[in-house]
This record gives sequence, C-alpha cells and structure tokens, in this order.
Amino acid sequence: MSAGPLLEVEAISKRFRGLQAVDSVSFGVPEGRILALIGPNGAGKTTIFNMIAGVFQPDAGHIQFAGRDVTRLRPHRICEAGVARTFQLVKPFGALGVLENVMVGALRRAPSLAAARADAEQLLARFGLAEKAQAPAASLTLPERKRLEIARALATRPRLLLLDEVMSGLRPLEIDAMVAVFRDLVRGTGLTILLTEHVMRAVMALSDRVVVVHHGQKIAEGAPAEVARDARVLECYLGRQRAEAPA
Amino acid sequence: MRRGSRLALGALVAVLLALPLLASNYIISVMVLVLFAAYLGQAWNIMMGYVGLLSIGHALYAGLGGYTAAALFVHWGLTPWIGMLAGMAVASLAGGAIGALGFRFGVTGVYFALLTIAFAEFTRILFDHFGWVGASSGLFLPVKSATVLDLVNLRGPPAMFYYLMLALVVAALVLSRALIRGRIGYYWQAIREDQDAAEALGIDAFRCKLAAVALSAAMTAAAGAIQAFYYNNLYPGSVFAIGNSVELMSAPIVGGLGTLGGPILGALLLTVLGEVMTALASVVHLDGIKQWCYGAVLLAIVVLRPGGLWPWLMERLGIAEGGSRP
Amino acid sequence: MLSLNILVQGLLTGAIYGLMALGLSVIFGVIRVVNFAHGEMMVAGMYVAIVLNSRWGVDPLLALPVVAVLLFVTGYLLQRGLINRLIDRPHYNQFLVLLAVSILFTSSTLMIFGPDARNAQVPYAFDSYELGSLVVDKVRVLAAAGALVGVAALWAFFALTRTGKSIRACADNQLGAQVIGLDVKRLYAVTFGLGCACVGAAGCLLLLFVDVQPYLASDYTLLAFIIVILGGLGSMPGALIGGILVGVSEALAGFFIDPSLKSMFSFGLLILVLLARPEGLLGRAA
Repeated sequence: MSAGPLLEVEAISKRFRGLQAVDSVSFGVPEGRILALIGPNGAGKTTIFNMIAGVFQPDAGHIQFAGRDVTRLRPHRICEAGVARTFQLVKPFGALGVLENVMVGALRRAPSLAAARADAEQLLARFGLAEKAQAPAASLTLPERKRLEIARALATRPRLLLLDEVMSGLRPLEIDAMVAVFRDLVRGTGLTILLTEHVMRAVMALSDRVVVVHHGQKIAEGAPAEVARDARVLECYLGRQRAEAPA
Repeated sequence: MRRGSRLALGALVAVLLALPLLASNYIISVMVLVLFAAYLGQAWNIMMGYVGLLSIGHALYAGLGGYTAAALFVHWGLTPWIGMLAGMAVASLAGGAIGALGFRFGVTGVYFALLTIAFAEFTRILFDHFGWVGASSGLFLPVKSATVLDLVNLRGPPAMFYYLMLALVVAALVLSRALIRGRIGYYWQAIREDQDAAEALGIDAFRCKLAAVALSAAMTAAAGAIQAFYYNNLYPGSVFAIGNSVELMSAPIVGGLGTLGGPILGALLLTVLGEVMTALASVVHLDGIKQWCYGAVLLAIVVLRPGGLWPWLMERLGIAEGGSRP
Repeated sequence: MLSLNILVQGLLTGAIYGLMALGLSVIFGVIRVVNFAHGEMMVAGMYVAIVLNSRWGVDPLLALPVVAVLLFVTGYLLQRGLINRLIDRPHYNQFLVLLAVSILFTSSTLMIFGPDARNAQVPYAFDSYELGSLVVDKVRVLAAAGALVGVAALWAFFALTRTGKSIRACADNQLGAQVIGLDVKRLYAVTFGLGCACVGAAGCLLLLFVDVQPYLASDYTLLAFIIVILGGLGSMPGALIGGILVGVSEALAGFFIDPSLKSMFSFGLLILVLLARPEGLLGRAA
C-alpha cells in the first residue's frame, strides 16, 4: 500500500462568474476505503467531483492521485490514470447494446476485442444484466441504467471510482442491493470509492469517512456517526433553531 | 449467411464483373455514376454515420482531390495515381484543420455543419481567383482517344473507370466493416452517442474525431481525383458547389446512415431516379422537375424512414447486419 | 465622396438583411430549429411579388402585406404539418428535412418561372435623393425604411401582445409554458409563420433593387446564417445589428477589394465567429 492517501485533494477552489462555488477544500481518500461527500444542494459537491474527474480545472489548489499530480488533466487522461466515474444523470450509449456499452469501457485495458467482450460479460453477470446483453441500452429502466453505468465504469479497471449521486431515484431495496455490491467490490478488489450522495441511508451504511461541504467550504470531516451529531452539520441541513434544540 | 443468399451474392458479383462486356455504353456510364455516388457516400458515412459529425461541405475534399491531381497532371505530367495520393494528402490536411479548429473550439452539431459549408464556399471563391488552376475559366485535361487504354494516366473508356470505381467501392466496404467492428468503431460510436461519457471512459475524443474527418476527407479526395480524369474539366463553381455536397450526402441518408449497404443502395436508387427524371425532363420540358422529384424523395425518406431504406430492406429479407445506427 | 455613399448603401442594405435574418433568428430562438429553407422561402415570396407586379403593376411595397400573409400561412402550415412531428428528432434530421424542403421550393420556382432573372418595375426605380455629396437611390431608402418598420412591428408584437409574450415564455421554458396551459404547438406554428412572413417581407423590399432568379436562394440562406450567427441566434437586436454589420462590410469589401471576393470575406467572418463565439455578439447559447 502507498504511503499517503490514494486521492489527495489540496485546497482546491473554483469560481463561476462571481460565485465562489468551491472555497479551498481539502481532504484525502485512503486506498481501499469509501469516502462520502455530502452537503445541501448547491454546496459545491458536484463541482468538486467534476474537478477531480477533469471536467473543470480548479482555479487554485492541487489534486494528487497515486502520488501523481492530476490537477490539469482532461477527463480521458484521468481515466487512463485509473479513475472512473459515473454521472448523476446517467449517460448510456443508447443505440449500442448493453454488452457493447460495457465493452467500450473494457477496451481501455483489454488487449483484444474478444478479451474486452469476456470482461464485459463478467461484469454484466455481476450486475444482473446478463440477460439484457443484446438489448439496446436505451431500452433499460432507470435502475438498470445505473447498474450499466457502474459496470461500464468498472470495466476500465479503475483504482478509484467516483459515484455521482448514484442512489437517487432508487427504491430502498435497490439501495441496499447497491450498497452490498459496493462493499463486496471494495473488500474483494481493494477498490477505493468517493461518492457524493443525498440518500443518507446509503451514506451511513457504506462510508468509512464523511466530508461535509456547505457554501463551497468543508465544515466537517469524520466517521459517519460523528458527523451526524456535529452541530455545524445539523445547522446547515436543518437550520439554526433545530440544531440548538436538545437532541 | 444462408445458402440462398450466398448464391444470390455470387450471381450479383458475376453480373457486376461482367457488366461492361454485356451492357451498352449508356448503362456503363450510369453505373459509373452509381459507383461514384456509392463510394462518396461511404466516405461521408464514416464521418456522419459512425461518429455523428455532420459535414455539408464535403465537396471541398472532392474538389481538392480533383484539382490537385488534375493540376499536377496538366502542368507537370504527373501520373494521376501519384496525383491522387497528393490530393488525398491535401484534403486530409484540410479536413484535419477544419476538424481541429472545430473540435478545439467546441463547435458541434449544426454549427459544425455551418462551419463546413463556410470552408467549402470560402475555398470555392478562392479557387475562382487561383490562376494556376485556371481560376473561374476552369481547368481542362487533354483528352486523347477514348478507346486507348492508358491506365497510368487514367485515359480510357468508361469501362476502365467502372472497374476502378468498383474496386474502390469494394475496398471502402471492406474498410468500413473492419473499422466499425474494431476498437475505433466502438470509440466512434461511443463519442457519437455521448462524448462526455466516452471521455470518462478514457477515449481521446479529439483524436478519434480528427481521425474520422481526415480519413473521410482522404477517401473523398480519391474519388474527386478520378472524377477529374473522367469528366476532364473542373470549374470551382461546379466542383466546390454546395449542391455537390448535398448530393453526396443524399445517397447514404436515403440508403441508411451508419449501415454498410446503405450508401450503395441509396446511390443506386437515386442515380436511377435521376436518370429516369432526366428522361422525363427531356419529354416534359420542365426545368427543375428532376430536382423536384429528388427533393420529394429525400423529404419522404428523411421524414418517414429516418433510418434509411437499407434497414427496412434487410428486415423484409430477414437479414441481420452488424452495422451501427445513429 | 464615394466611400461615404458606399457606407450608406451598405447600411441601407444591411437593414433589409437584418429583417431577413430576424425571421431565422426568431425561429431558432423559439423552436430551436434551423430553417435551412429560409432563403428559398424568400425567393418564393419574391416571385409572388413579381407576378403581382408584372400582371397588375403592383409596387412590391404594396405587395408586401400580401406576400407576408401568404408566407405566414405557408410557414404556419409547414410547422404544424411537418416540423412539429420532428421536434424530438436529432438535429441533423430536422436540418435535412428543411434542406429537402428548400430543394422543393427552388425546383418549384424553377419549374413555374424558368431560370431567367426577373425584376420588378417601379416608376421611381432611377430616382435618387441628394444630401450634400451623398447620393442615395430612392428605392434603397424606401426599402430600408420598410425594413425598419418591419423590425419595429415584430418587436412590438413580441413585447406588447399577449401571443407575443406567450411565445417568449415558450422560448424561455417550454415545459413551464405547457404547465401553465399555453398551446405550445400553436405558438410554434405562429412563430414559424412570423419568421417566414419576415423573410417574405424582406424579399419584397429587396426586389426593389435586386433581380430574382431561382438560384438566388442559397446565397441568401447562407447570408442569413452569417448574420444570425454574428448577431446571435435567438437575439432580435442581434439580427438587426448583424445585418447592418454584414451589409456595411460587404459594401466596403466590394468596393476596396474585388467585388467577387466579398462573399469570401463574409464566409471568412462566419468561420471566425463560429470558432470564437458561436453564440454571437448578443445571442444565447444553443
């Protein structure tokens, strides 16, 4: 295992036309762990996410992945480095088949088309999509599309997986199933996960560590249970009066 | 493939190969037109059908190919085979430049289409003033007897051009099939469906798109060079005209974007339709009737069968094809 | 002073270009469809005016309301009957449909009127106004005035009438408009009709000093695109400013450089604008 955290975010900031979306946020994700980034809407979580994924460049600060500076890298280079991501609004390759979707991801690492196909088939089986392999991706239901998106991202054999509100729109049973899959992946393959989430059920069940962001700034960090009791966190979610009321 | 289809395919191949020996000069020349249209359609199909990049200025590449090969032949006696390669290089650079500029500045969709039109028109007017290639008066190739077969200088009867274009169409078919089933084919389609998602999977969209444009341009230029030696004259106004770009796109659209057989079927249908209309026009004496029918067919297909006629035909015949559909 | 004359001429022509481009801009701004048949509709309108002029000696300025109404109806029906069906289709499909429509328009005018150029006869065709050293053709002044009236009328429609405001609501937020009960399909059809009416009106004004032939159309479609992109797709003031800019630069380029190169200049400008700022000077992002 490497000396420092697998992903190190150092004082990154981003300004959009007069609005300071992210203000000097720092945190680290150790390898083989799951870190959740939470905060109210508009807190800047997705912007942080997108900066790590290479969609935007931070105005200031650095991002290190596996000891390498990835701050200025474009999305495809970030993936090459070993980071995969899913999108909040799922983006399947609609006209391609389900298997073909995952193959696109697998081709990154696979030496041949046949190898990519084999990898893709394995992943489909793991995510319960094997029967739909030949169906066009556009025909899948939302939960299926989410699973496809994750399978496709995993096909690139990442060391770090970024999950952007992957639980939204899922029913409790589906959420639990998803949580189980991620736990297995992390335990079995040493995958590291950074997720942003609104669904607290999933955050509590899954994460080793939680970072809370509000108005673009980090206001708390710690184990899930600690953070849930933190007064500042309660204040930002529930408002001042509620936070001061006896627990 | 089923046994019946194999026999049919075999028969088709035999007919195609024997055609110049059996048919009249008129039929051969119509077939040459079909093959030009089919090949150009295949070249355009790579950009639009596979990657989803709409180019309405493809006449630019055909024109560059034609003018390069023709000018080198007329001024320096260079064989058109080398001239063709030179033309392909020029067109490839032009396409690369347009693509690089467009993609670098994030010009997409309809805006990109307008960009391609602008470059083609710009070049048209530029060539109107380009003395070395005859400017607006045109460039003419010396024509010797049409029965002398001079393959090196591409001088010969229509049958020679027929076999040449037949070979090119087959080559384009093989190439397209290999590309779409290979790694780059998957990347291209991924980019077409959702570029952001594709980049998140490690695909260098800029490079892949650029490759598509450069390849499509080079292929188009090759046909442009051969056309120059077939028609023996070039005018900027006719070679780079937007009408050519539109005509070039019509075959793959009518036939089926993103399919292997689409451009060929479309070329056949539209050329035959064109000839029927020309015959009709000579009887009816109505300027523009040919275009009207052309426009009507195009409209009908694009509205009613946006996927083109090839997929519909394949369904009817019960054949599944491993192509891609945007 | 020759260059001042050229400048003024460019300004006057530019006003008409502005009206023409306005139609395209409005259609795109509201319906998000790129009307590639724009120039063709203008030419069709011009031919109607030609018929009225040659048969009954009607001045194109008087024919304008007739042409505008005719093209409004045509546009309305086209949108209602055809384009509404294609709203959810990919952009290239819509583009190609309108391309096919443009081919039909051009070939129809070719079939009916033949390929020769035609012009409208007006009694004051050779009159001019003089202001010091400035000499301007009466026809150009009237045409420009007509264009400005047209632009003002359209602006007033969108700013002051109920339908106009409803259309602007649709443009801003289609789903929201539907939720509050606006008949989006009808409003789209009205918008398309208006866009076509604009371009028909512009055609009648152009007819005062330009000859028409069927192939004129594609030049003007491309010109309209250049203007609209320069000024910004979806921006009304942008279309007018863009029109004037292009009118002036064309006139100056035609005078100082070779006249046949002036289109090249316009296309070069289009390329630059597409690369640098596709949303144009005043437009909204596509």
